[in-house]
Amino acid sequence: MSGPSTYEPKTGFEKWLDTRLPLIRFAKDTAIDFPTPKNLNYWWTFGGILALCLIIQIVTGIVLAMHYVANTELAFASVERIMRDVDYGWLIRYIHANGASMFFLAVYIHMFRGLYYGSYKAPREVLWILGVVIYLLMMGTAFLGYVLPWGQMSYHGASVITSLIGAIPLVGDTIKTFLQGGPAIGDPTLNRFFSLHYLLPFVIFGIVVLHVWALHVPGNNNPTGVSVKDVKKDTVPFHPYYTVKDGFAILVFLMIFAYFVFYTPNALGHTDNYIEANPLQTPAHIVPEWYLLPFYAILRAITFDIGPISAKLGGVIAMFGAIAILFVLPWLDTSKVRSMRYRPLAKQFFILFVVCGLGLGFAGANNPDDHVFPFREDKLIVSYTDENGDAAQSKLYSDFHEAEHFMDELPEGAAPSLVVSKAGFKWLWAAQLMGLYYFAYFLVILPVIGIIERPKPRPASIADSVLGHKKSASGGTPIPGAASASPARDDA
Amino acid sequence: MRIFKLLAVAAATVGLVASAHAAGGAKHAHAPEEGWTFEGPFGYFEQGQLQRGYKVYRNVCAACHSMDLLNFRNLGQKGGPFYDPEYPNPNDNPVVKQLAADAAEVDIINQEDGSETTRTRLPSDPFPNPFANPAQGRFVNNGALPPDLSVITKARHGGASYIYSLLVGYPSEKDMATKYPLLTVPVGQYYNPYFPGDVTPNWSGDPRHRHDDGDHGKEMLPSGGMLAMAPPLLEGILEYDDGTEATVEQMAIDVSAFLAWAGEPKMETRKRLGFAVMLYLLALTLLVYWSYKAIWRDVEH
Repeated sequence: MSGPSTYEPKTGFEKWLDTRLPLIRFAKDTAIDFPTPKNLNYWWTFGGILALCLIIQIVTGIVLAMHYVANTELAFASVERIMRDVDYGWLIRYIHANGASMFFLAVYIHMFRGLYYGSYKAPREVLWILGVVIYLLMMGTAFLGYVLPWGQMSYHGASVITSLIGAIPLVGDTIKTFLQGGPAIGDPTLNRFFSLHYLLPFVIFGIVVLHVWALHVPGNNNPTGVSVKDVKKDTVPFHPYYTVKDGFAILVFLMIFAYFVFYTPNALGHTDNYIEANPLQTPAHIVPEWYLLPFYAILRAITFDIGPISAKLGGVIAMFGAIAILFVLPWLDTSKVRSMRYRPLAKQFFILFVVCGLGLGFAGANNPDDHVFPFREDKLIVSYTDENGDAAQSKLYSDFHEAEHFMDELPEGAAPSLVVSKAGFKWLWAAQLMGLYYFAYFLVILPVIGIIERPKPRPASIADSVLGHKKSASGGTPIPGAASASPARDDA
Repeated sequence: MRIFKLLAVAAATVGLVASAHAAGGAKHAHAPEEGWTFEGPFGYFEQGQLQRGYKVYRNVCAACHSMDLLNFRNLGQKGGPFYDPEYPNPNDNPVVKQLAADAAEVDIINQEDGSETTRTRLPSDPFPNPFANPAQGRFVNNGALPPDLSVITKARHGGASYIYSLLVGYPSEKDMATKYPLLTVPVGQYYNPYFPGDVTPNWSGDPRHRHDDGDHGKEMLPSGGMLAMAPPLLEGILEYDDGTEATVEQMAIDVSAFLAWAGEPKMETRKRLGFAVMLYLLALTLLVYWSYKAIWRDVEH
């Protein structure tokens, strides 16, 4: 995408360097002059925000590692010690802990942006796949990091996840033992999790370099999805146009970040993680951090065996499948039109997809057997054995006194018991429905819609779309003109 | 842009539905009537209150509850209960020295002859743990180990308000008879509506959750749970040095504030720095926004 290099070394040193390692030329071509579509909206600023998030996490993480002690006896206290006795340790730790949440917030927006504007389609498949690899590594890194403070959720979360790996047939137990460093979670687990938590961010960094490289070959997608036709008319140089726009967005994002760090640093965490890990005491509800909740909901949604596949393994397959499916997305979507701006039908399914994604998050946070909404008032069930000593009978009551009266009337030996009967729409069912939609969106809806949908006409070029936008904004007439002039055709 | 408005509305709806069903098994914790000084963006700890709270902890709670993450020097640190600007190094602070010396002596090994001996506790020493180990703590307390209080306000939903509500929330004998007549409290256990738990096994009335304590409500299952801690604060259990009347309410407020400080001793610094950071970011954001407007002025986009 970047055209012929316009860099001309001026000083003697620049000329000398340019023939040996053209570093300045590279920087100028890719970060200064790089032609960028002029119509990018604020959803495009999250790439820069994410780069910053990664740097913040690495820098604060390196400092934390100087003070943290990876030992099950000392880890919990060492984290609090950082907060109390290390100069500005509270700041560094809270930035790191909330930084993880901010990182995921940004990455989800970045991914939904890619989904909506078709940024995964040719010629950007590799760019998208590298992004999914980064996302997967981020989830792994975040999970490992959450174990390090050695709180109750750390320990029991790690125990849930490693036991999942054990569900994989044949190799599962071996991998599990290898991950835990032994038959159970303990010091060896914590030490290798710490080691890997330090390693993975640098792997992420490496893949980010590839991701940015893969971005610079075809160049940015844009809200119209129409490829750049004329570099002069359609694009502006990255600097200063996008450095300043990204800079503004980054600062707004940093204000939200700072709000959490300074004013409500523990709001995104779980209170149980301030209780030191106790293997003998399982928390009432084990939940992962918010950003993993949708996948946790999918994991728990499989409560039934599928042929030879046990419910547990089915859940693991569904959870990993939910991420794996993103890798093949570029070939599942059959539509040639990139941007959903011009895909009226796909747009509606996309909105439902986002709602389901958020809904799955709530389903993951709630107990699967709790009710989203009740069907009726709670009733009472009296269970008892009848006169012949036959199997348990039961009777439904809404009034307690009637139930009590009935129990009193029963003969001795009926052993009556009274329990509440609730009826309502379970979170489990909600998770199953939304999980089903999640997979249907990729496997059925996107492939089919691409064939049957009649896309709206798209502008002939980015420059045209910008002009049309201007006209409709000032004239108040519905978007005619330039936009409708072009016939429906391939965006490339 | 319309699509994102739609999305926002959808997200808000999902959020509302979910939050409406987030109610737990315990009564919702509440702050004391006058609120907390340490809440909000300009929150601060009131030193007199922290001192009174420390006294309550030391004289009452410390009999069973450890605070392993605290050292006596913390009491004299900036923002702490006994901070004195004259002694920037809290180890020199005479009040702190005295408080440490008043606490249990430290077991040490005599380096000359290897014999066991003790020495006076110093500001650099940690708060003494009432028990030699968790097993002893459990044995002495009917099988229930009193939790460490170092970060208790961060480890419970509701924070300081939860501690306060729990401490003042034990029903009186009269309340037990009128509001919870159908509740059987096992020996060595105490009922508290703010304690997370489930009293269904101890309830002989309607096992459906109650919504109010009125005539109809009192037959329904109350929220809360059973805990092994007897109501710890009693009228006249201690006298405050500053003349404040040591009512149960007052002691509960003070000790909750003290525990909030102990869990988050850098809170004041954090919020102060936060305000400066926010102002700086806001100013920079405006500057960059105007630069953005200026640079893009002549570009149609």
